[in-house]
Amino acid sequence: MTALPKYGCFRCFPNGRRSEMNMGSIWVVAEQHRGQPLPIAFELLGAARDLTDNVRAITFGQGATAAAKLLGEHGARSIVELGDLAPGLPAPRVAAALAEMVAEERPEAVFFGTTFDGREIAARLSARLRRPLLANVIGLELTVDGPVAHHGLNGGEELATTRFINARPGIYLLRPKCFAPRDRESPSTATVAHREPPEAGATDAVRVVAHQEVVQHGPTLDAAEIVVTGGRGFGSVEKFAQVEQLAELLKGATGATRAAVDAGWAPYSAQVGQTGKIVKPNVYIACGVSGATQHLVGMKDSSHIIAINKDPEAAIFSVSDLGIVADVNALLPRLIRALEARR
Amino acid sequence: MRIAVCVKQIPKEHERIVFDPESLRVRRDGKLIMDDSDAYGVELALRLVGEAGEGEVIVVSMAPHDEETGLRHALAMGAARAVLVSDDALGGSDALRTATVLAAVVARIKPDIVIAGTESTDGYTGTMPIQLSELLGWPSLAFSSSLDLVAGELRARREADDGVFELSCPLPAIATVTSGSVEPRYPSLRGIMEARRKPIETLRLSDLALNAAEFEADGASEEVRSIVPAQQRAAGEVIVDDGTAEVRVLSLLSEWKAI
Ligand SMILES: Cc1cc2nc3c(=O)[nH]c(=O)nc-3n(C[C@H](O)[C@H](O)[C@H](O)COP(=O)(O)OP(=O)(O)OC[C@H]3O[C@@H](n4cnc5c(N)ncnc54)[C@H](O)[C@@H]3O)c2cc1C
Ligand SMILES: Nc1ncnc2c1ncn2[C@@H]1O[C@H](COP(=O)(O)O)[C@@H](O)[C@H]1O
Repeated sequence: MTALPKYGCFRCFPNGRRSEMNMGSIWVVAEQHRGQPLPIAFELLGAARDLTDNVRAITFGQGATAAAKLLGEHGARSIVELGDLAPGLPAPRVAAALAEMVAEERPEAVFFGTTFDGREIAARLSARLRRPLLANVIGLELTVDGPVAHHGLNGGEELATTRFINARPGIYLLRPKCFAPRDRESPSTATVAHREPPEAGATDAVRVVAHQEVVQHGPTLDAAEIVVTGGRGFGSVEKFAQVEQLAELLKGATGATRAAVDAGWAPYSAQVGQTGKIVKPNVYIACGVSGATQHLVGMKDSSHIIAINKDPEAAIFSVSDLGIVADVNALLPRLIRALEARR
Repeated sequence: MRIAVCVKQIPKEHERIVFDPESLRVRRDGKLIMDDSDAYGVELALRLVGEAGEGEVIVVSMAPHDEETGLRHALAMGAARAVLVSDDALGGSDALRTATVLAAVVARIKPDIVIAGTESTDGYTGTMPIQLSELLGWPSLAFSSSLDLVAGELRARREADDGVFELSCPLPAIATVTSGSVEPRYPSLRGIMEARRKPIETLRLSDLALNAAEFEADGASEEVRSIVPAQQRAAGEVIVDDGTAEVRVLSLLSEWKAI
């Protein structure tokens, strides 16, 4: 049994009450990269297994067969693998395959992660089935009326509870880092089947003309124990470099607000918040960040938060363990020197 | 080149979304304005038409009680005309229903390209434009940070976790655009004057031959059961840097076993 996550996200019925309920099967669309399921895939399996044992994972892309085995070891009872789907983008054909499968088997629910592909496949499936979807789900609970979903509103200040009516299968888009991942339990007895997705016509006409990989230095934002985020307060790309320097010294990852990304100081992949990453590191250090609700939803479940802002009224201080009223361009150089002196 | 831009009109106090305690729906009875997230789409559309040297930008919106403030803003930026769908039967519509209505509008105005925001400020499902593309049977370029026309195809740049992609697809197509891709222009005084005379076509569901009762299969819907204050993280201490704040930071970091 997993502990209740701290804030905003909670899992329900971890102690077997689900067996009283007549919950149908749940399908999980499990994304993977070169054979390794993404962390969100294990989180979706965790969320699904809290509601039923009858869980199927659907995976696709290059390496799908290798990923299928791991998904079986992490709680999927059966896995359907859709092949590598090149050369287009996967979403249109995965949605087409899911629509076919749903018509044959009518699962209770289909879970997706809020990722580029997850969001697109869920939306396409919803349109194909003419059934609504619930987005931004941060918690799930099984009640006498069936599953209900929790969503944060206004940056998590309010919690809404929603449910589907007549919507089998319910299509749910789950936020990352809100559900405890399913631990590994080998050996697995899961079955793996390949299924060839149908053609998706004109919707499948997108082609990749060029792809430039970004080289990752240090830990990724999702995995880092320390995240140092810079906002508009830095004023220039040169000064923003101090954020990267501090992150590197702390063996952490660099984050950015949307304002900093929009200014071109950091790549979109560094954006923390509603449209970017959700992070829950041990320590989050926000520098020159105002604390807009769209930013807070991405970081306020961090274990410890330090914020540096020259405005004593900055909203970011309302979620910080320590708020420091300071000019980042004065404090960061001193902090960097102090850390360097320790080495 | 005809480009339709989806413009969502949202409550002015969009920093904080207010719910009606009875219906648990977002309150839209006050003044609505154009969602900032859609200014980028309007700007990119104007540039694409400008570069093509011909064509028009049409803004489309679904909004309650004939609201057109946000549309006038887009017209003042330079869009040629607007189509608004407003119908009492559409209150509380979700993303799929919005997509169903806008698909009927698109079928009517027949654009080459539809541009929308990646996600709206108040709803932020980020799914409406993709549902729209699936309903229309068009390809979509989601999360685009730039758009260009190259050899009759739509090209988009997408910054993803695993790198930067350049994507291309034939027309007609849908693109969703991220913020920050371009600097949206401010309406000029002349633009604002001209916008007053630009046409806004207001449609009801019957004009689109749509019947609200038949939108979703099997009457599927979602229901908000409650909205309650969430448990909040408590604020900690706030200190003013006296020139030694870095010492405090280091001691906390070691207390938290981060260094
Ligand atoms: C649909 C939607 C999605 C969004 N998604 C995201 C998202 O994913 N992530 C995100 O971050 N934002 C997101 N936003 C944007 C968000 O609303 C804010 O605009 C953004 O977070 C502000 O970034 P910022 O804090 O860097 O800039 P600002 O709000 O401009 O704040 C800058 C702060 O720096 C301080 N400052 C200035 N100079 C100094 C100095 N020398 N020293 C110390 N402090 C200084 C100021 O006091 C201020 O508090 C989204 C918005 C919308 C509408
Ligand atoms: N009612 C609407 N009218 C016009 N465009 C809309 C409407 N709702 C959503 N959109 C478009 O779809 C994008 C994504 O919205 P959402 O699905 O609410 O996150 C928005 O940025 C708009 O471009």
